Amino acid sequence: MAEQVIAAQELTRRFGSFTAVDHISFSMQAGEVMGYLGPNGSGKTTTIRMLLGLLLPTEGTASVLGYDIRRQSEQIRLRVGYMSQKFALYNDLTVGENLSFYAGVYGVRDKERIAEVLRQVGLSSLERERVGDLSTGWRQRLALGTAIVHRPRLLFLDEPTSGVDPTARRAFWDLIYELIAEGVSALVTTHYMDEAEYCGRVGIMRDGRLLAMDAPSALKESALPGLAWDVFIEDHGAALLLPALDSLQKCPCVLRAGLTGDHLRAITPKDSGAAALQDYLVEAGILQVRIEPVEPTLEDIFLALAAR
Amino acid sequence: MLIEAQNLQRSFGSTRAVDGVSLQVAPGELYGLVGPDGAGKTTVMRMLCGAILPDRQAGEAQTRIHIAGYDIARETEQARAHIGYLPQRFSLYEDLTVMENLRFFAEVRGLSTQDWKPRCLEILQFVGLDEFTDRRAGQLSGGMKQKLGLAAALVHQPQVLLLDEPTTGVDPVTRQDFWQLIIRLAAVTTQEGIAVLVSTPYMDEATRCQRVGFMRQGRITVEGTPAALRQRLEGQIVELRGRPLAGLRKLAETVPEVEAVQMFGDRIHLRVQAGKAGQVIERLGVLATEQDMEVSMLRSIQPQLEDVFIALLEGGPDNG
Repeated sequence: MAEQVIAAQELTRRFGSFTAVDHISFSMQAGEVMGYLGPNGSGKTTTIRMLLGLLLPTEGTASVLGYDIRRQSEQIRLRVGYMSQKFALYNDLTVGENLSFYAGVYGVRDKERIAEVLRQVGLSSLERERVGDLSTGWRQRLALGTAIVHRPRLLFLDEPTSGVDPTARRAFWDLIYELIAEGVSALVTTHYMDEAEYCGRVGIMRDGRLLAMDAPSALKESALPGLAWDVFIEDHGAALLLPALDSLQKCPCVLRAGLTGDHLRAITPKDSGAAALQDYLVEAGILQVRIEPVEPTLEDIFLALAAR
Repeated sequence: MLIEAQNLQRSFGSTRAVDGVSLQVAPGELYGLVGPDGAGKTTVMRMLCGAILPDRQAGEAQTRIHIAGYDIARETEQARAHIGYLPQRFSLYEDLTVMENLRFFAEVRGLSTQDWKPRCLEILQFVGLDEFTDRRAGQLSGGMKQKLGLAAALVHQPQVLLLDEPTTGVDPVTRQDFWQLIIRLAAVTTQEGIAVLVSTPYMDEATRCQRVGFMRQGRITVEGTPAALRQRLEGQIVELRGRPLAGLRKLAETVPEVEAVQMFGDRIHLRVQAGKAGQVIERLGVLATEQDMEVSMLRSIQPQLEDVFIALLEGGPDNG
């Protein structure tokens, strides 16, 4: 069995009467990419701060890379890498200087290591460029470089690819997967569903609680308390879209209904189906509809679990 | 057309921020301008609302911007009267209440004393802030501030609404809420529906729009309805799950009909040549068995918008 890089048991943090993180337990194996998805204030950052040993838990325990977060936080911080969505880079310094600076902070003096990291993140030819002149995609690669220069075995990535080109995002994730293949693990906190899709397992948080944690495909198959449908209104198109939405939202056989551009998305209980939706819309005077079963998206799951 | 822009160009120093953008948005239409940071989305928006001028063009390629029929360069006041604009960073008066803030924007927009109050109440109800009229703006959550910003942009009943990355940094639950409002706005079929132009860096948000333009390096490189765009790759995306995933990926890369391989957390997506999905699925099944790899899912799936954009940007087969 693979080594556990994170093991959290009943991790809890209260601030006064407010419980920011509420009895969270999970474990993460070496070589995993774990996504942590939740709205603002759901407890994601508080969890990370505790795992980094920056904040003591009120209750519960956790170990990171085998070190106790209460007593061995310095050991942890030397062995993990952290990349924030607001890349902590010096715009006036060159690519090479930024990397040397971070290497120095971690006591890495080896020039060869710096050259190796530049090659790994594909920035060798830009070593002498000022960081302020680089595109977001390149700065993101450099930020990853600064987070891995001391060969950490665990990476914390906070919305690592927000605001970049889809091609740059895919290239970035290929880099992460290369690191993973070398035995590094990554915990990714994000707001964005398409970023969570790159994670092997995804945990969904709300109000300090971990509501579900599984592979994206498994969440789509089992975490939704119902079935997902696309509902197309085929007569009068746009004019009937809102009335159709209003009636679906009132329908007892609908758990959630929403607009998606030119059609509607509805979630029904598992024992309900297209026929029930159709009947309900016909009764509301909307006659020509086409209803197709669809695979729920991570967003459907997320909204079902995290929205109240 | 409520928004009609032709051949917009704009440079800042030696940087060409916008390089020949044309776009049209019809009444009742929700148009999504999608692109990464620095693609030129904000500069387009700022030119459309007359905050900055496009560079002047020599020769035939004329630049023009018409908003609700008015030329923004020559009839700026009339054109602006029809525009509601929510910039990425907008300011509210933090020590004024929700209602006081909205009243301020209503008066700036020239609403009379009889008109502003009913209009403000109506718009606050629409965005779901009607129970918070007396709360100070500084005490609102991020999502509520965003809604108040939207209300302020709508207070004078504009026909054209420009929203610059309204959901960046907003959490997913609030984001869903906000999109429902935007879609509702465009879908409300008053006699003259309003035209909404919204920018976002996120592809999954673009799918909610009726038409999408993908911006990159100052140009709109691809444009169309999400359905028509997806149609271009219909039957060309194959999902593969199993283990070891990294091994399956290498295997897939050896199949000649596979144009691109994309790894996700617990699966791989393959883009295959048109009409070759069946063949690839069969071949991969055989190869995996030969190599003792376990395939738990191998099927043709619906292409995502992101697949389409990437395929079009690469101009065909993957070149690494």
